[in-house]
Amino acid sequence: MALLEVKDLKVHFPIRGGILNRKIDEIKAVDGVSFSIEQGKTYGLVGESGSGKTTTGRAIIGLNHVTSGNIRFSGVDLTNLKSNRRDIRKEIQMIFQDPYSSLNPKKSVFDIVAEPLRNFERLSKVEERKRVQELLEHVGLSPESIFKYPHQFSGGQRQRIGIARAIALKPKLIIADEPVSALDVSVQAQVLNFLKDIQKDLNLTYLFISHDLGIVKHMCDEIGIMYKGRYVEEGSRDDIFYNPQHIYTKRLIAAIPDIDPFKRQKLQEWRDEVEKEYKKHYDDYFDHEGLAYGLRSISNTHLVALPQKG
Amino acid sequence: MSNNLLEIKNLKTSFRIKDHYYAAVDDVSLSVNKNETMAIVGESGSGKSALAFSIMRLHNRAKIEGNIYFNGQDIVPLPIAKLNKLRGNDMAMIFQDPLTALNPLMTVGEQIGEALLLHNKELTKQERQDQVIHLLKQVGIPRPEYTCEQYPHQLSGGMRQRVMIAIAISNKPKLLIADEPTTALDVTIQAQILRLINDLKDKMDTGIILITHDLGVVAEMADRVAVMYAGQVVEVANVQTLFKKPLHPYTRSLLNSIPNTDQVNDKLHVIQGIVPSLQNLPREGCRFAARIPWVERTAHESDPKLREVAPDHFVRCTCYQHFYFPEERYKEVFGNGTFRS
Amino acid sequence: MWKFIVRRLLITMPQIILLSVLVFIMAQMMPGDALSGLIDPNIDPAAMEEQREKLGLNDPWYEQYADWITAALQGDLGQSFRFKMPVEELISQRLVNTFWLSLVTLIFTYIIAIPLGIISGRYNDTLRDQLISGYTYIGFATPLFIFALVMLWLFGYTLGWFPTGGSVEPGLDPGSFAYIMSKFNHLLLPAISMALITTVNTVQYLRSEIIDTKQKDFIITARAKGAPESRVYNKHILRNSLLPIAAYFGFEITGLIGGTVFIETIYSYPGMGLLFMESVLQRDYSVVTSVVLLFGIASVLGALLSDIILSLVDPRIRIK
Repeated sequence: MALLEVKDLKVHFPIRGGILNRKIDEIKAVDGVSFSIEQGKTYGLVGESGSGKTTTGRAIIGLNHVTSGNIRFSGVDLTNLKSNRRDIRKEIQMIFQDPYSSLNPKKSVFDIVAEPLRNFERLSKVEERKRVQELLEHVGLSPESIFKYPHQFSGGQRQRIGIARAIALKPKLIIADEPVSALDVSVQAQVLNFLKDIQKDLNLTYLFISHDLGIVKHMCDEIGIMYKGRYVEEGSRDDIFYNPQHIYTKRLIAAIPDIDPFKRQKLQEWRDEVEKEYKKHYDDYFDHEGLAYGLRSISNTHLVALPQKG
Repeated sequence: MSNNLLEIKNLKTSFRIKDHYYAAVDDVSLSVNKNETMAIVGESGSGKSALAFSIMRLHNRAKIEGNIYFNGQDIVPLPIAKLNKLRGNDMAMIFQDPLTALNPLMTVGEQIGEALLLHNKELTKQERQDQVIHLLKQVGIPRPEYTCEQYPHQLSGGMRQRVMIAIAISNKPKLLIADEPTTALDVTIQAQILRLINDLKDKMDTGIILITHDLGVVAEMADRVAVMYAGQVVEVANVQTLFKKPLHPYTRSLLNSIPNTDQVNDKLHVIQGIVPSLQNLPREGCRFAARIPWVERTAHESDPKLREVAPDHFVRCTCYQHFYFPEERYKEVFGNGTFRS
Repeated sequence: MWKFIVRRLLITMPQIILLSVLVFIMAQMMPGDALSGLIDPNIDPAAMEEQREKLGLNDPWYEQYADWITAALQGDLGQSFRFKMPVEELISQRLVNTFWLSLVTLIFTYIIAIPLGIISGRYNDTLRDQLISGYTYIGFATPLFIFALVMLWLFGYTLGWFPTGGSVEPGLDPGSFAYIMSKFNHLLLPAISMALITTVNTVQYLRSEIIDTKQKDFIITARAKGAPESRVYNKHILRNSLLPIAAYFGFEITGLIGGTVFIETIYSYPGMGLLFMESVLQRDYSVVTSVVLLFGIASVLGALLSDIILSLVDPRIRIK
């Protein structure tokens, strides 16, 4: 059984307007998204700005109101939780994009990392301190840094503090929303390696939200591509990167700069080809509103949004 | 010299922090030719943006020493009034975030028109308007007459960057400085913008300085590359050489730390330590030494200079001859185990 | 944008209604009522009670409120027991004086604030800026009534350059040139005194706006275009910094109301502020409630004005 199962998730935001500020329309930020993640795997949610990938992540952790659909975590439906069951909630944690603004600058590292422990577990002062020190050690920060404040750390170290906070309650699922986008290349590598290490150590499952396809390819086992709130394609890493079927995915993959300067010419030609195809066959891939069709499976692992053939 | 558009010699740009000047750009020498893209790569704090701002002299309070020859003329001693005849005219710049780089209270047309007005006072209002429309067309904006009347907040990120480019090319500059021009954009938009910059370069014979942290963008765009670390250029080479045969330890580390799009390796290389802050830069010896402590001290020069080690391939410090990746050495000694950094 | 303005106007209505209810309730809580000031306190209490019943003073508060607000809407604000005249007549005389005093004060406020703010912001942390900032700190620290007293003593009594009270020389023919000049002469000193103190807010506000705008990315773009410094300032920095100042205009009105109460009292200038002070001291409640209501409405309208100005001048709000 999958650890996380999202079924036909919809998150709609009202647009208010008119003189009385009534709801006149709605933005379908997430419009019928379904996917599932197996325990211990990394699932990549990819899309450009405004695709709804972040909203999906936030809906799963309960930060966005779910309009309809199901989110099942270890078999329990999170959208139906009357009292917001805390034991379930603590098993899902989130890592945020910006390590500079997601840590409270007025709190010490100790307080930041201990906060989830205080919310969910009753520990004595001594135990609490021991746990925080262990966690910091685990993320590679010296235990002496426990009483320092976020501004005394570099970007990569701050992101580690954020990770320490996220793993404090031994969660099963971590939602990582663009966890390295704000970091320099070399620091990025550090954090990505580290995420892989703790995944093995703690048997974590990741929902990895990113716009950077290079990083997604490095990190993820399965990938879903979103566009305007809907899925356009889902598949294994190889499906998506070596056998993309939807024109949107093709265009996205073609746009990634290659670090081999010798391939420049070839890449450009390929892009032109894809662009031509995109323009020519746009109507075959998108409905009259410019949205993706429902997913159809073309292999065991590979789903593509194509119109039902009559 | 005829092909040489920009020649920077021993440039040093220092900022004042508490009564003391710290050089953010330290002893940088570079050249850019016509119709050539010179990429400057580095991480934050490497001084790459400070270098670009020094050429345009956009720093508020900075001490600039050395020479910047633009078309043979040293522009460092030029008074601002003279420099203003070059800025926006012969040399222009585009910035990372096109939303904040555009004036929110002026229409797109007014902002492009201003660039024309400043360097061509003879144009009538109508001629100027025609040129604005023409420029918007040139940067691929579908409805130029309409967009002309719009304000920046009404446009998408990609459109805004096109407007910025229209402003920059309005007077057909000989040198275009692009400071992380696609960092704030989606990947498909990035591909379009980079393409546009390339096309314009060929059409107008412009020399381009492309400042970026993204090695993929470098591989696609650059003719030559300068790698900066801690205020200094550590390696200069043409783009093929740099990616195929990088020499400086920093360049090699950087290349190893990005996820390679073709092979999925489990571990990325991690550069030890952190980029030192401006006040804490090591000012003597090899500035990268502290981050490769396993390389013996004797491998470094006491006063490293940028040297030509192969035709048109420059490297700073001798440590490159002795550099190796510890995880590779580990594999050699212990076989294929996991190496945890 | 029109939708925004209409919506904003609609919000203003309940604000004013709420305000009137509050004012009414406060008036009810004050000791005595409309009757106690009007009649001889030695009269038989039973007769007084009868009168009360007849005047509706024993009705529940909401009925009284309805009566009061209906009358107010028809322009009937009751009787002033001190002046023995209808409140609306009393107020309309005073309102004109306060209007002119406020207008001249506003003009002086901006005449002082804009150049000082620009110099201070443009050349921040230089000697000029420090001098101007020094002035603003003194302005913040000095209570308006003390400053006004000093000005009155110095320019009114000691030097005798300005009249020391009233709003016009008695015996002049209303409408004549001499009458208008005399009016102007009377409000000059109070207006300058008030402007010198209240302007420091705007100076500081403009200064920080300019310093803020100076560091914006689009200023760098302007310089990169080759724009000379004068153009960078006039076209880019100033325009963007004056925007919030324009929007602040509505709130200046609110600030002025507080100021006029002090200034008019000190200069015995017959405006709304003086009327308010006198009425409070004399317990002329019908006047006090009316003036408070008007002051409140002026503040609400000031905020409304600010929002409307901002929506007109800022394209980010004007065009969605």
